[in-house]
Amino acid sequence: MANKTQRACIAVKGELTIYTVTELKDKFLGGLLMNDELELDLSEVSEIDGAGLQLLVMAKQGAMALEKTLFMISHSPVVAELIDLSGLSGFFGDPLLMAHQSKLEGESS
Amino acid sequence: MSPDIPEEYLQTFVIECRELLEQMEDALLIIERDPENPEIINAIFRAAHTIKGTAGLFGIDYMVEFTHVAESVLDRVRSREVMISSALSALFIEVHDHLGTLVNHVDEGTLPTEEVDARSKRLIAQLKQYLDAPVTHEAEHSSDMPIVVKPKMNLVQGDVVKTDYWHISLRFGLEVFRNGMDPFSFVRYLSSIGQVVQLVTIIDAIPPADEMDPESCYLGFEISFDTDADKLTIENIFNFVRDDCSIYILAPHSKVSEYERLIQELPEQEMRLGEILVKCGSLTPTELERILRLQAEQDDDSSQPIGEVLLEQQMVSPPVIEAALEKQKHVKETKKAEANLIRVDADKLDELINLVGELIIAGAGINLLAKREKLASLLQSTATLSRLVEEVRDSALALRMVQIGGTFNRFQRVVRDVSKELGKDVDLVISGAETELDKTVVEKIGDPLTHLVRNSMDHGIESAELRIARGKPVKGTLQLSAYHDAGNIVIEVSDDGGGLNKEKILNKAIERGLIAEGTNPTDKEIYNLIFEAGFSTADAVSNLSGRGVGMDVVRRNIQALRGTVDLDSVEGEGSTVRIRLPLTLAIIDGFMVGVGNATYVMPLDIVVECIELKAWASDEGDGQYINLRGEVLPYRRLRDHFGIKSETVQRENVVVVRYGEHKAGLVVDKLMGEFQTVIKSPGKLFESGKGIGGFTILGSGEVALILDIPGLMGLVEHEKIDVRKPVST
Repeated sequence: MANKTQRACIAVKGELTIYTVTELKDKFLGGLLMNDELELDLSEVSEIDGAGLQLLVMAKQGAMALEKTLFMISHSPVVAELIDLSGLSGFFGDPLLMAHQSKLEGESS
Repeated sequence: MSPDIPEEYLQTFVIECRELLEQMEDALLIIERDPENPEIINAIFRAAHTIKGTAGLFGIDYMVEFTHVAESVLDRVRSREVMISSALSALFIEVHDHLGTLVNHVDEGTLPTEEVDARSKRLIAQLKQYLDAPVTHEAEHSSDMPIVVKPKMNLVQGDVVKTDYWHISLRFGLEVFRNGMDPFSFVRYLSSIGQVVQLVTIIDAIPPADEMDPESCYLGFEISFDTDADKLTIENIFNFVRDDCSIYILAPHSKVSEYERLIQELPEQEMRLGEILVKCGSLTPTELERILRLQAEQDDDSSQPIGEVLLEQQMVSPPVIEAALEKQKHVKETKKAEANLIRVDADKLDELINLVGELIIAGAGINLLAKREKLASLLQSTATLSRLVEEVRDSALALRMVQIGGTFNRFQRVVRDVSKELGKDVDLVISGAETELDKTVVEKIGDPLTHLVRNSMDHGIESAELRIARGKPVKGTLQLSAYHDAGNIVIEVSDDGGGLNKEKILNKAIERGLIAEGTNPTDKEIYNLIFEAGFSTADAVSNLSGRGVGMDVVRRNIQALRGTVDLDSVEGEGSTVRIRLPLTLAIIDGFMVGVGNATYVMPLDIVVECIELKAWASDEGDGQYINLRGEVLPYRRLRDHFGIKSETVQRENVVVVRYGEHKAGLVVDKLMGEFQTVIKSPGKLFESGKGIGGFTILGSGEVALILDIPGLMGLVEHEKIDVRKPVST
């Protein structure tokens, strides 16, 4: 996964919750340390809770501290919903596809 | 008021309440002996507190109302304004029982009956006496949450903020995630009673990546909230996390000074916080500016400058967090274990075990086919398959296994109540609480055990005077113990009381016609007579036992679990009732034997050895006994027992089985080896006790009967008596 190219992608599959955060934290930090740019593919996150969101915040802050870049892409609906609810979308700075769509729909109706 | 709560949440609520009540009961029983222990008082308080909080969340008003009073009294106990007395602890045991009744009402979805309501009122009145006790603290006990800490500065500020919304400020404790709660669920819940206008998630407390424990919660919220609900309703939402979180709830149009205090109390920097509050819409920029200016002014003339307070807080918090993290590491192991527990519907487990049962039968079918067709490779794979199936079976059954300790602990209460009732001082000693057995068995063993325990205390343990006269310690001891023995679990109830009076039992038995006059039963046979229907030797019929119903019911209940019960007693020293139960009810490792064309299965655990009949039997005792290495072994031909008429085979085999302390031989035609057996209940038709415990379906689709060995052995033993009778009479 992490070779000489500077960019890597980690796909988070299944739960991003209190049950998986410890494991994922090591994965994220490892990914950040070994690469200049890290992409988190959140398309297959089936469940996320406060602990999961907090971990994403940590990853983002960690990336800033290490002066690396962290992208989060393809937020699954549950992730987008929670980020939207938390009001942290500005903090993450990634385009929230799902949230935008729903907002657009909201405006048009 | 009660909102629509999905049934499953309500169910969880009921289960949790019952668990809390159990903890409360345990604690209450300890407090009677150790009234000063603050840990225990806290445990009781926490249980009441959580029950009230959860009930509040579900809007179960009658429970909140009742628990609230109890909690308030406990709070006073906690702060040492009220001392625990025996009267108070007895009252709390009543409170506990009443809560149990209320929980039952919630479970059934019914409202409390008038009678229950009356009891609520009576108990509340009794509790209130403790609240009105002299120490004045009146304002405090209506609400124990420091929502707004008393102002440190006398800042009388007439200004109010413009916002029409509530402002809720939350900082969650580190343990919130680990306690199974998600901060966002509160936000979602808030949405159900109003509208979250603006929410800012506070992430400032998240430590740098390498120090951060992802299972600790560092989050906080500033929420601007629009609702018609009152403060209490909002407060109640957070009942769950009240203990380890800081919560500030400011009403619409609160005074500017209150916001000021809020900014001061929260751990973040004032500027940052101010911005957040503005972002939330709770404060306008001008209002913020005014507050900050006010603070600056205050700095000059207040005895404790805010800057210092803030500095103090910031200096203090890192070590505090560190200490918390350190402590966390210690408890992490146990916490983890707790977090890994999941609740599973018992029906689903039964379904699984049923399926595993079918799987075993199907596997046996394939195996048989492979053998018949003599396909070596298929045989090999079936061997692997059956090994795996066996493992699946074992782990599926292990899922159902629970420790008996929980059941045993319930008897602390029984013993306490009964000792009060009888005026005897009795200690309960528990051993082997970690012994595991099937959940269904655990559930069904409660009643018979209660009966035995009560019986032991009533008839077994003597009155204090008599104990002194007999030179025994005044305090009686009742012991409950459990252990595994040869595929069975053994539960013992023993007491150091008077033991059974042999003469009395014998006389009574003869009088009732249970036994013929002049027979010479062994001690053990005499003692076990008390399990016969309609037998009681108590001179006085007490409230608890001695009415002559009981021991036979106990025996029947235990037999229904395919278990047995017997009794040992030494007069003057005490008695022990021993219950033997199979580990599980569903699947056993069987030993298959053939008689004529029929196949029988017996539990493998109880088979001791197999011998050839001819080699041992020189037919001593008219075909009733063989001499097995100098031991007299009664035996019986299954052919005779089941009335099978077919040609006798040349080489008959004896299967020697052991159950408890008894051994017996069963003569069969063929030994067919081990076989995993799924027990199917025999149904009403075969209940008549001919030694059949059930049936099973073989891989070939044939039916095999499962032998009820204890039953059969009983028959063999009875014959022994029958044979002796004509000789002695």
